[in-house]
Amino acid sequence: MRITVTVDGTSYTDDVEPRTLLVHHLRERLGKVGTVVGCDTSNCGACTVHLDGHSVKSCSVLAVQADGSEVTTVEGLARDGQLHPVQQAFHDNHALQCGFCTPGMIMQSIDLLADNPDPDEHAVREGLEGNLCRCTGYQNIVKAVRDAAHHMRPGAGPEAERVADTGSRTASSVGGGGE
Amino acid sequence: MTAVEQPETPLGHGNMRRKEDARFIRGRGTYVDDVTLPGMLHGAVLRSPYAHARIVSIDTSAAQAHPKVRAVITGETLAGLNLAWMPTLSHDVQAVLATDKVRFQGQEVAFVVAEDRYSARDALELIDVDYEALPPVIDARQALAEDAPVIRDDLEGRTDNHIFDWESGDAAATDDVFASAEVVAAQDMLYPRVHPAPLETCGAVADMDAVTGKLTVWTTTQAPHAHRTIYALVAGLPEHKIRIISPDIGGGFGNKVGIYPGYVCAVVGSIVTGKPVKWVEDRSENLMSTSFARDYHMHGEIAATKDGRILGLRVNVLADHGAFNGTAQPTKFPAGFFGVFTGSYDLEAAHCSVTGVYTNKAPGGVAYACSFRITEAVYLVERLVDVLAFDLGMDPAELRMKNLLRPEQFPYRSKTGWEYDSGDYPTALRAALDLADYPALRAEQALKRERGEQMGIGVAFFTEAVGAGPRKHMDILGLGMADGAELRVHPTGKAVLRLSCQTQGQGHETTFAQIVGEELGISPDDIDVVHGDTDQTPFGLGTYGSRSTPVSGAAAAVVARKVRERARIVASAMLEVSADDLEWEKGRWFVRGDVEAGRTIQEIALAAHSDLELPEGVEGHLDATCVYNPPNLTYPFGAYVCVVDVDADTGQVTVRRFVAVDDCGVRINPMIVEGQVHGGLADGVGMALMQVMAFDEDGNHLGGSFMDYLLPTSMECPSWELGETVTPSPHHPIGAKGIGESATVGSPAAVVNAVVDALRPFGVRHADMPLTPAAVWSAAQGTPLRTDLAIT
Repeated sequence: MRITVTVDGTSYTDDVEPRTLLVHHLRERLGKVGTVVGCDTSNCGACTVHLDGHSVKSCSVLAVQADGSEVTTVEGLARDGQLHPVQQAFHDNHALQCGFCTPGMIMQSIDLLADNPDPDEHAVREGLEGNLCRCTGYQNIVKAVRDAAHHMRPGAGPEAERVADTGSRTASSVGGGGE
Repeated sequence: MTAVEQPETPLGHGNMRRKEDARFIRGRGTYVDDVTLPGMLHGAVLRSPYAHARIVSIDTSAAQAHPKVRAVITGETLAGLNLAWMPTLSHDVQAVLATDKVRFQGQEVAFVVAEDRYSARDALELIDVDYEALPPVIDARQALAEDAPVIRDDLEGRTDNHIFDWESGDAAATDDVFASAEVVAAQDMLYPRVHPAPLETCGAVADMDAVTGKLTVWTTTQAPHAHRTIYALVAGLPEHKIRIISPDIGGGFGNKVGIYPGYVCAVVGSIVTGKPVKWVEDRSENLMSTSFARDYHMHGEIAATKDGRILGLRVNVLADHGAFNGTAQPTKFPAGFFGVFTGSYDLEAAHCSVTGVYTNKAPGGVAYACSFRITEAVYLVERLVDVLAFDLGMDPAELRMKNLLRPEQFPYRSKTGWEYDSGDYPTALRAALDLADYPALRAEQALKRERGEQMGIGVAFFTEAVGAGPRKHMDILGLGMADGAELRVHPTGKAVLRLSCQTQGQGHETTFAQIVGEELGISPDDIDVVHGDTDQTPFGLGTYGSRSTPVSGAAAAVVARKVRERARIVASAMLEVSADDLEWEKGRWFVRGDVEAGRTIQEIALAAHSDLELPEGVEGHLDATCVYNPPNLTYPFGAYVCVVDVDADTGQVTVRRFVAVDDCGVRINPMIVEGQVHGGLADGVGMALMQVMAFDEDGNHLGGSFMDYLLPTSMECPSWELGETVTPSPHHPIGAKGIGESATVGSPAAVVNAVVDALRPFGVRHADMPLTPAAVWSAAQGTPLRTDLAIT
């Protein structure tokens, strides 16, 4: 089946088997290996990407379901070489070790901040419940997300890092975007 | 307490953001499954649905006929290459693909190589295996029964399921202590079978170049050099024609130490097809077939005086090793370092015996940050101390304080022969109790108990033994546990350090640059750390047992000091003074008494590569190599306090607080140390409250996916509260001890002690992990639950 998916700002048209999972389409066909697989039961969230601006576990979406959609992966966040504030905050707060959960964790964190620009600790933990990490014990991830929220607050950071204050949520409205 | 200060890159030890992060936060790491080679094929493993069954026949014709299948490999194929069985790290053998029978559910039976991942899986369904079911041995306590089925009938003369007996300590002296002791407390306890479950599973891309005869394997290995040697032994390939590349590893936690059948199948697949072959397992395959952890059935006894002076320990262990003894530990230590079970206490005598048995389960045992069975040893002694406190009606913190080794006793030779290098235990325990405000917690608990609410406070104190180890005593398959380092300073003063250890997230690329930076005064940003490629790095045994800092960290410091001495000679030639007249300040040799007359390490590096005339016998350039053979292990320690709230009606446990004071000697990068501790504490909460690989009576694995094998999420983990003391290791070049596994080792006992403490009003003295709601509720009802077996 022929599908067209825009990934990190580039449009790709491919023939795929209907059973192909989105994560395998991204990794094996499009070479977007920044998004990884950690389980086979949809628990771990390592494969989290944004599909039309909302986070999804791409191991639980068929590639054909993404036809005509815009996908943002961790590889599409940095803009003009500038890290997304969430990426920067993960680095600043030592919120990653082996780095395997990190792509999904960052994508989920951005989604969470789009819903709640200033979450307290509990809200961050709740928002990340679908993303497993084996290395960090979560604490520095929670710190990083709150740190990023502070930097993303309108007026708190450089222009390029601001969260759009419109209510609509597209892949590019959450401070990074795939263009 | 946990706030991380973020200064600019220090010129050595200190907080520093990680060099590794840049690629990982952009999705630019390279893990095994990211590797794609021209013409690469994909492999998949067919696994046994039975725990124990004879293989009557395997029909692969339909799979062979699949248009995208390139090869179907069975045990018979491998037997023709003499590869159907492979040696394990415990001098046993393990089936690569089953030939005679299957011995655990999930065991490897056949391997399909196809053009893509999906087709390989499709073809598995086309293989028809005829099994004749056999009765399995599931409960280790039944493994040595007269009528128990013999699992390993492949081993000549084997008529039972016994693997080994091992003992440590003085049995007679211990019996004497127990015979005359005022108080003896005994407790059976199970450290259940769990799994390290790194988020990235195991996998490999094998590429046999038919022209050069060189085999390259990209693989998830914590010990690339050991893997190279083992492949040479297994496959009969010359070792210089094998290159192992361990790229970025998505967590190891001991799961990625040994060689798995899937790796060997990928290699054979590449030999057979002439193409690179990738094999990456699913999560369920990882949980069912790769190295489990623990599974120690322990009977412990503790002897003491009525006023709480601990006199002796006596322990018997039944160790469930699964169907093949694949346990990873130094050769002379079949029960790992369980011999340190005397813990942090000054005893008169101690003795333990361990018996290992085969069961119809996957192989493993040593994994999941256990430091070679110290998780089990610490859990045992820390539960026994609490059981003793329960019987004596004493406060468990006070009982520990009364019995801890004192600083002046170090170096301390334990009653089982281990020489603890250094320690100030009372200070660490006091720090943890202060940080937790222990008296206030006990007061709060008393008030809550009056109201009928269950709050528990758990204390644990542990001594670790990490950094294996002295070559004389410690080897793996005959390979002594020393590790190499090579340092090269380029003409412009930038450097490259090559190591035999292999990070899986512990931050070696940053911290090892800091070690060299500290010694040479070169910025860590200017030092690249190379690891994981056996063609590029010196030989050594890899990263596990928290051995990187003790062994490779020492090697890095020593090699840097060798370079510093070479730099002194070069500087003396530059300054035209005797080398004896030079003094070192960080980054610079200068003439004693004339601070202005000096040369920086960068200036010296350039001169060392120039036409400068050097003394006879000095070759020039700034480089050095070192093999570090540690004189002893390092013995980090820690004091942990856990506070839980328990709903006795539902059995739900909430970890409200967790205070951890760790002492790992000198901290190379405190930020990274704290991250290691956070992760280990989450492990401990997971093991204590939710993780178990259970089995039913047919040997069906009941924890074979993340639906049932539960890992703590951000919701189950509290905000960790950390503290530290610093007691350097006197024998280590920079005074640093290992730390990575400390929290995993120390925290389960603290959590269990807390839950049992909460259930004290119900008369509960012990309950086995995992303390799931059902287990806690049952314990409160007075009917302890075995969560590891669905049979009992």
